[in-house]
Amino acid sequence: MSTATATGMRGQAGNGSALLLVLKLRTFIALIAVTLFFALMAPNFVSVANAVIISKHVAINAILAIGMTYVILTGGIDLSVGSIVGLTGMVAGGLLVHGMPLAMFGVVIYPNVVEVILIALFVGTAIGAINGLLITKLGVAPFIATLGTLYVARGAALLLSGGATFSNLVGKPELGNQGYPVIGSGNLFGVPISVLILVLMALVAAYVAQRTPFGRKVYAVGGNERAAALSGVRVDRVKIAVYMISGFCAAVVGLIVSSQLVASHPASGETFELNAIAAAVLGGTSLSGGRGLIGGTIVGAFVIGVLSDGLVMMGVSEFWQMVIKGLVIIAAVVLDQLQRRLAANTRQG
Amino acid sequence: MTVVLSAIGITKAFPGTVALQDVDFDVHAGAVNVLIGENGAGKSTLTKILVGVERPTLGTISMLGEKVSFSSVRDAASKGIGIVFQEVNLCPNMSVTENIFLGRDITRAGFHIDRGAQRARAAELLGRLEHNIDPDTLVADLMIGQQQIVEIAKALAEDARILIMDEPTSALSASEVEVLFKVIGELKRAGVAIIYISHRLEELIRIGDYFTVLRDGRLAAAAPREEVSIPWIISKMLGSENVLPKRPPAVPAGPAILEVEHLSLPRRGAGMAVDDVSVTFRTGEITAIYGLLGAGRTELFESLYGLRGGATGSVRLEGVELGSRSVNHRMKAGLLLVPEDRQRDGLVQNLSVGGNLGLASLRRFTRFFSISKAAETPLLSQVIDQLHIKTAGADAPITSLSGGNQQKVVIGKSLLTQPRVLLLDEPSRGIDIGAKAEVFNTMRDLADQGLAIIYTTSDLKETHGVADRILVMAYGRITADLRAEEATDEALVRASTYQFDTAAA
Repeated sequence: MSTATATGMRGQAGNGSALLLVLKLRTFIALIAVTLFFALMAPNFVSVANAVIISKHVAINAILAIGMTYVILTGGIDLSVGSIVGLTGMVAGGLLVHGMPLAMFGVVIYPNVVEVILIALFVGTAIGAINGLLITKLGVAPFIATLGTLYVARGAALLLSGGATFSNLVGKPELGNQGYPVIGSGNLFGVPISVLILVLMALVAAYVAQRTPFGRKVYAVGGNERAAALSGVRVDRVKIAVYMISGFCAAVVGLIVSSQLVASHPASGETFELNAIAAAVLGGTSLSGGRGLIGGTIVGAFVIGVLSDGLVMMGVSEFWQMVIKGLVIIAAVVLDQLQRRLAANTRQG
Repeated sequence: MTVVLSAIGITKAFPGTVALQDVDFDVHAGAVNVLIGENGAGKSTLTKILVGVERPTLGTISMLGEKVSFSSVRDAASKGIGIVFQEVNLCPNMSVTENIFLGRDITRAGFHIDRGAQRARAAELLGRLEHNIDPDTLVADLMIGQQQIVEIAKALAEDARILIMDEPTSALSASEVEVLFKVIGELKRAGVAIIYISHRLEELIRIGDYFTVLRDGRLAAAAPREEVSIPWIISKMLGSENVLPKRPPAVPAGPAILEVEHLSLPRRGAGMAVDDVSVTFRTGEITAIYGLLGAGRTELFESLYGLRGGATGSVRLEGVELGSRSVNHRMKAGLLLVPEDRQRDGLVQNLSVGGNLGLASLRRFTRFFSISKAAETPLLSQVIDQLHIKTAGADAPITSLSGGNQQKVVIGKSLLTQPRVLLLDEPSRGIDIGAKAEVFNTMRDLADQGLAIIYTTSDLKETHGVADRILVMAYGRITADLRAEEATDEALVRASTYQFDTAAA
């Protein structure tokens, strides 16, 4: 009986599958379409310089979206990432400009750039851990828990400087903390460092998601939490881990952004969380959890990046850009529903 | 046969109830160890203890003479205890292979999943189960029976020495059951101890080697196959005490009011949840529908009430065809369903007793777009009196009431809509014995007032004591229709496990 069914299913897969394939690859097709459109419509769009600029813009959103994808895969959401971007940037800026005052000894310690980076990454990851603990141990809904940390982290960023900007983050030779701007503006073999960071993080994230037991557990928790728990998966740990990953990714972005500007501004990163969610959803991640790919998210981030930069180059007003971006996201979700219904029909009929 | 696991004096207390009391259970290697009991007898609590989901309050478990305790599912699994749950517990978004190895991936260097090895092992396990399901198939694309096979493969992947199967056949077709029994035979020869839980007595007699019967959380009997027969199981399972004194009907059953003809409802996937049911209910009569979990009782009620779109057939209330009418129309026509899960479907926790009672019939107290206290109060107190609801008043919070009284509020809410036919899905679930008696008395009173009362139950003791007429459902069909005084326990239990030859289709 099962033999008949299996072959039957394989046979049917042939039929409606052309359309299904188009729908499955829709984000990729959209990326190509958008790129072709601007290549024809916007002068100077096709150039190495422009590609580098777009990639640098995309890197910021895409790195955030990687962490967001992990969170959404477990069925959660992380609204706090934009604020973590602001806070970690301020932590790094503060350490470079004012150092770490140790009141009891009456001295100020100036950590070097590597130490600054590690401290900022630690802060971001720790906020992620707090999110995870609130959600798992105290049972706060992810939306609410991360909404809370969104405000707390933003407030903390403002408190660090009293609302002011830490500027000129170049360090001083006598303090041994020079070199910070390299993260945001440096190049290696002509490729911006931030883009290299994106590539590295995307590869690791995709590998972990697809080929490690941890990745499997992430998908399992999002697919059927009860079944995962009964299979011996420690659901709480998996959830805490994904929020830590998200916090870590946000800290990386906080460093890149403040380094690019050679200044950290406490309002930096506002609404970044929404762009990250948009990239993940555009890339095919299901908000109900258990479905999505890192690769899809990266392509989604590129669609958003190419779209906004292209529209700028065409001279479309910022207001229209927002309308267009919104419509694209809605269209992506509608197509996603269509694909699922079609896939279900192919299965049954 | 060696005893591979021995549980002695197991007691499990939950706040308010004792689920298991001083139960001994021996598990024999290379044999099918059957665990039987009615719903609520403590079978699932015992299995949960054996797989590390729950910890016993008292008692010891030893494996091959060595004392053990299981701190988690993972811990029990590492000691060779696997389980196939009654409901399928798989991640639909993942492939067959990924599900089989979830939580115990085969890895290289501790983090790199060896997909090739996993796929090969998955294929081997599925082959051993005589199911050549493609290991890369998404679980969501499999039929329920195939998913069950994946569950078994998942348990086998652990090299389980003890395999617990909780009603593994409840979702399987007859041919799939045969395959399962072959697999069980193979596992037995390989020395695996199987703990088998089922309500289907014919099945148990066929494959069981050792029988353990639980009743009300206690060990009722334990015996090897040679000493066991179906009547023996039934008598041990039910005991002798009869808790509910029967009250004879005050008025004889009246005319037919609800006529059902050829009602069918397809099950999701395959088969029928309700299979060609034709039956007539009369006023003043209490009808019990007895059956096992999944027999189609809830689906029958929901079809009658218009909650299931796929239902076909004819339902007539006082001669008027309800056909495709909405729930709202059926309510107005006088048909009412009191749902099984009253916490979820029946009560609004943040409203008062009166707020809940009046919720379904607000129109009756509404005057010029606002609720008239003057119109509401007498109706509410009338219902509270009629059903003897013990409450400080209509304004008391619903949560201040006991389970039985909460259930009466749900019934009272239905009565305020002035129904003619009342469908009660498991009205006694989760309430204590005294409250049960009160709820059943209430049902008797309502029948005496000329309502047709139809209720479902999984508890044999709640059929004779209450109903005038007993229907038995199995596999979506009505397999017995008896007067209460004619129905013997054995006849009812046999009818509830009756297997049709057509099940293979």
